[in-house]
Amino acid sequence: MIEVSDLHKQFGSVVAVDGVSFRAKDGVITGLLGPNGAGKTTTLRCLYTLMRPDRGGVRVDGIDAIADPGAVRRRLGVLPDARGLYKRLTARENIAYFGRLHGLDEATIATRSAAAIAALGMAEFADRRAEGFSQGQRVKTAIARALIHDPTNVILDEPTNGLDVMATRAMRDFLRNLRADGRCVLFSSHIMQEVAVLCDRIVVIARGRVVADESPDALREQTGEANLEDAFVRLIGTDEGLAA
Amino acid sequence: MRSIVTVFAKELKDSLRDRRTVINTLVTGPLLAPLLFVLLINTVVTRELEKGEKPMVLPVSGAQYAPNLVAALRQADVKIELAPADPERAVREQDADVVLRITPHFADAWNKGQTAQVEVIYDESQSDSRSAARRLHALLDGLSARTGALRLVARGLSPSLQQPIVVAERDQSTPQSRSGVLFAMLPYFFIIGAFIGGMAIAIDTTAGERERQSLEPLLVNPVPRWKILAGKLATTTTFALATVLLSVLAFAVVGHLMPTDRIGMTLDIGVTFVVRTLVVMLPLAALIASVQTLVAAFAKSYREAQTYVSLLMLVPIVPVLLLSFLPYKAQLWMYAVPLMGQQIVIARLVRGDAVPAVALAACFVCTALVAIVACVVTARIYRSERLAISA
Repeated sequence: MIEVSDLHKQFGSVVAVDGVSFRAKDGVITGLLGPNGAGKTTTLRCLYTLMRPDRGGVRVDGIDAIADPGAVRRRLGVLPDARGLYKRLTARENIAYFGRLHGLDEATIATRSAAAIAALGMAEFADRRAEGFSQGQRVKTAIARALIHDPTNVILDEPTNGLDVMATRAMRDFLRNLRADGRCVLFSSHIMQEVAVLCDRIVVIARGRVVADESPDALREQTGEANLEDAFVRLIGTDEGLAA
Repeated sequence: MRSIVTVFAKELKDSLRDRRTVINTLVTGPLLAPLLFVLLINTVVTRELEKGEKPMVLPVSGAQYAPNLVAALRQADVKIELAPADPERAVREQDADVVLRITPHFADAWNKGQTAQVEVIYDESQSDSRSAARRLHALLDGLSARTGALRLVARGLSPSLQQPIVVAERDQSTPQSRSGVLFAMLPYFFIIGAFIGGMAIAIDTTAGERERQSLEPLLVNPVPRWKILAGKLATTTTFALATVLLSVLAFAVVGHLMPTDRIGMTLDIGVTFVVRTLVVMLPLAALIASVQTLVAAFAKSYREAQTYVSLLMLVPIVPVLLLSFLPYKAQLWMYAVPLMGQQIVIARLVRGDAVPAVALAACFVCTALVAIVACVVTARIYRSERLAISA
């Protein structure tokens, strides 16, 4: 479970995150929805302890991210916005490197990466060097290495960015499987349809603030719009008094 | 410790698979300087030796005024030629190395037993002309001394009257220490070797990793940043040291290929030389690696990092070149200064001079301390939030 309370982060005079609070529960897919520049990536970076919030708190499975970032990172599987691979290493070597950094032993790394390679359909390119991988192959490898330590919480920043239709569908199935395992899945997106088909709960962020935190149905009801896209436009276009 | 080793092993494997880095740091870097050296020294030495062995060709103006002198020069294996019309111009334009001019007054003064003057026209700024003039001067001095002695004997006096003092030179140099002059640049090559060896890796593991978007995922792992940095620094240091080692070994081989013994010099790079050089270079390599990493981590892009780290290479040039050419007497504090200490130790090893153990220890310990400070500073910088973010 991931809990965020009153998160603030400022870069110089630019306020990126201005009091974000939400909760992502286990066994639930939570979507962080917002237009580009709304503060999604910064919020997530504070979550996975890459950045230190100016104010506010983050707790993962009850552990304070600021007090004990190491323990929090062990409980998180993260697919950041930056998902570069080591091009001179094979996909399998890329995955094993992160396994070792998590302190896993070689036998565990071997069995887990074999399982991930099977689950993500990576067998065909697993032992090829990452140089020249397609976007889909890169994302699959990045996900496999992010989950090598079998984390209970999974954070993905725009996971379907740059993927074709087939790969996007595969990604959705994969996220549903993570939910079925009882994990807490939190992902960000600026694409309405994506959030609509996947999420059990939607947190809409605009200008660094949460403007809605509902189930898809409640969101439609709240805004009085029949389809989610209109609801979304309405939410981010109006000021916070209406949205709250 | 385990995570440091993990990072080190991965960076090592990754870098060794990069053919361009391997060629630049482990082949071109260490081998280029020794090859240039062999080429340069072979050419210079062979040319000098050939000139010394060949009979001298001497244009003489006014040979008719001093037939005796000309005959004596011929006997000394000098080939006499007719001088060009304008000897000064011929020398200036390098048509002749040296020209001997004998004036009409010569015969008169010579016959009266007075001091007779000849002119040697040469150009001090041209090495060929300079050496030819020296050679001619020595020949003429010899002739002059011999004639003087004969004249004294003819008047019933001892020739030793003419030379109240005779100098006996006792040169304390050895073939190896003389080579120190020729190989003054050697320490510089080793130090630059460490820079070249570390450069590509320092950039690749920081600015490069960020530009390839793999730094952020790496830092999300539950490993303290300083440990990740330590693994990367260890890789950079390893490459820097490997370049130095290869460079030293290359010079050891090259020492045997150069005709230095023919000019009374030897370049003797043995096991003690290699071990001591590596001992003093180890902390310097770590220091260089850490400063390169610091500079590269600051840069916004790979290209910017390349520019900064290349500029960094100019830092050792001034002190090292100054020490190479200025005479100095080594003091203990000099060994303690990073770069300077390595320069002095290696220069003394090249000359075959002993390096006191305390000096060696001062060099190692002080450079190591500075390296540790540099690593700590780099680790602090590495904690910055900005570092991980690529865009």
